[in-house]
Amino acid sequence: MDLAVRRREFPTLVTSEDTSAPRLAYLDSAATTLMPRDVLAATTRAMTDLGNPGRGAYARAQSANEALVEAREIVAGALVAWKGTAWASVPGSAIAPESEEIVFTSGTTASVNLVADTWGVQKVGEGDIVIVGEAEHHSNLLPWQRLCERKGATLELAPVDDRGRFDLGAFRAQMRRHGERVKLVAVAHVSNVLGTVAPIWDIAFAARSVGAKLFVDGAQAIAHLDVDVYALGCDFYAFSGHKVYGPPGAGVLWAGPGTLHDVPPWQLGGGMVSTVGLARSTFRDAPARFEAGTPNTPAIVGLAKALAWARETLLESQTGASSVRDDEATVHEALCETIRGAGARILGVPQVGVVSFAWDYHPHDIATIADREGVALRSGHHCAQLIHRRFGVDASTRASVGCYSGLDDVEQLGRALAKVREVLGRR
Amino acid sequence: MSDALYHARIVEHDRSPRNEGPLEGATHTATLDNPLCGDIVTVRVILRTAVGESPATIADARFEARGCALCRAAASMMTSRVIEKSVDAARSLVAQFEAFVSDTSRDAASNDGRGNSADLGDLEVFRGVQKARSRRTCATLPFRALAKALG
Repeated sequence: MDLAVRRREFPTLVTSEDTSAPRLAYLDSAATTLMPRDVLAATTRAMTDLGNPGRGAYARAQSANEALVEAREIVAGALVAWKGTAWASVPGSAIAPESEEIVFTSGTTASVNLVADTWGVQKVGEGDIVIVGEAEHHSNLLPWQRLCERKGATLELAPVDDRGRFDLGAFRAQMRRHGERVKLVAVAHVSNVLGTVAPIWDIAFAARSVGAKLFVDGAQAIAHLDVDVYALGCDFYAFSGHKVYGPPGAGVLWAGPGTLHDVPPWQLGGGMVSTVGLARSTFRDAPARFEAGTPNTPAIVGLAKALAWARETLLESQTGASSVRDDEATVHEALCETIRGAGARILGVPQVGVVSFAWDYHPHDIATIADREGVALRSGHHCAQLIHRRFGVDASTRASVGCYSGLDDVEQLGRALAKVREVLGRR
Repeated sequence: MSDALYHARIVEHDRSPRNEGPLEGATHTATLDNPLCGDIVTVRVILRTAVGESPATIADARFEARGCALCRAAASMMTSRVIEKSVDAARSLVAQFEAFVSDTSRDAASNDGRGNSADLGDLEVFRGVQKARSRRTCATLPFRALAKALG
């Protein structure tokens, strides 16, 4: 499926062609991806056709149950190598994670909070240490910060180097220094600011050597990398559906076999209890234990459909001249060149998906003027103040790619940056 | 050149702001930030009350800002406007500016020099903010900081 064909799958892009406004160059997929029509259709169909899962004997409620079971199997299958042959045999592949290992949440943020508030509260104690990456999104920092405050544990940063890469040497030294006091390491697979890829397997190996667990925030990786939770060696992996062509409102927490065994529940409510007494109640096992309340079935169905859609697009493209991944890498590289060409400073050395830059102008002014030229950019601190300080700025402007991004988007960005200079004057 | 949001005068004030920097002997100070974008503005004033004079007069005003062009230009133009004005006049300017940028009615956009906006003078170059809702706080942040400083 080449770029022009892929683009026709996205109603947002098709609609924008019909208006008199400038053509949309959507360069903010790291914030949220656009949705292909098949995913939109599956999501809205779930709204009209499905009842409340686990809460009825009639056909629509039963269909909702089945939709969730199927969605869990698709997600489990997606968390082994996407391009591998394992995909051919899912659902039910022996290599894929058991669907019991998949907890549906409202998104990556909820997944982090869930682990911090349950596993964390049980396993992290006074004097223990939690290590988080320096480039973390606030959602993979603040829940651990609060946990450490509550338990009298210490929160430490694992630094990045000047290229924005996870500093493995410094991290190993940290692990040697603290040993078994380290209970958890939390790191982003791909940084939402720097676009750098963390060496998860090496981090997992070092964490495992002292008995620490590894939590991976996969929000920015899931659409761009071949994720295989077993090959990565992590204990938790989280992502959001809306970062991988699904609707907002549903996300995933994968926890390795047995990791959540005997861990206390998170939110309490319907769907997660075994027996309820006035003084005391007992709870079901994972994943139901961690999914209190009516699930967001349409968003979950949409998430699963999006993963299946992405898989098909990726697999099919392997037979073509170039893959979606190759196309994305080409666009990403062109973005870096155009931004550098305008005289801006790129934060770190980006590897995949996103590129953030500091320029002679304030990010909000850049984004406002670019918007009028049809270019959607993100401006601000991108929920990651620590890493901005590390690179000596308060805020940055970010461009990011999706499977529908092309070199025409990059050229449009180039023209928008020239416009910024024209409006605000050369500095 | 003319731009709906970035009026030439705004760009000029952003590039060469007036009254930027610390203010020795400031009697009133306030700092405000916009948590959404991280912009931060500090406004400092020296109030002078002459014998028998009431209310006080703003003898000097300065600002320090980490923000966008709209924010810096607003701070520059605002401080220029309030120096040697009474506290009451400054408060009234703040209220007028807030009302002006929030006004999306056609009158506000088309009737130059009518009603309250006549008193705004060169601050009317912020007219473009009326339609750029997400950028309003950028322009009003220094005004709110001034109001906070004056108490």
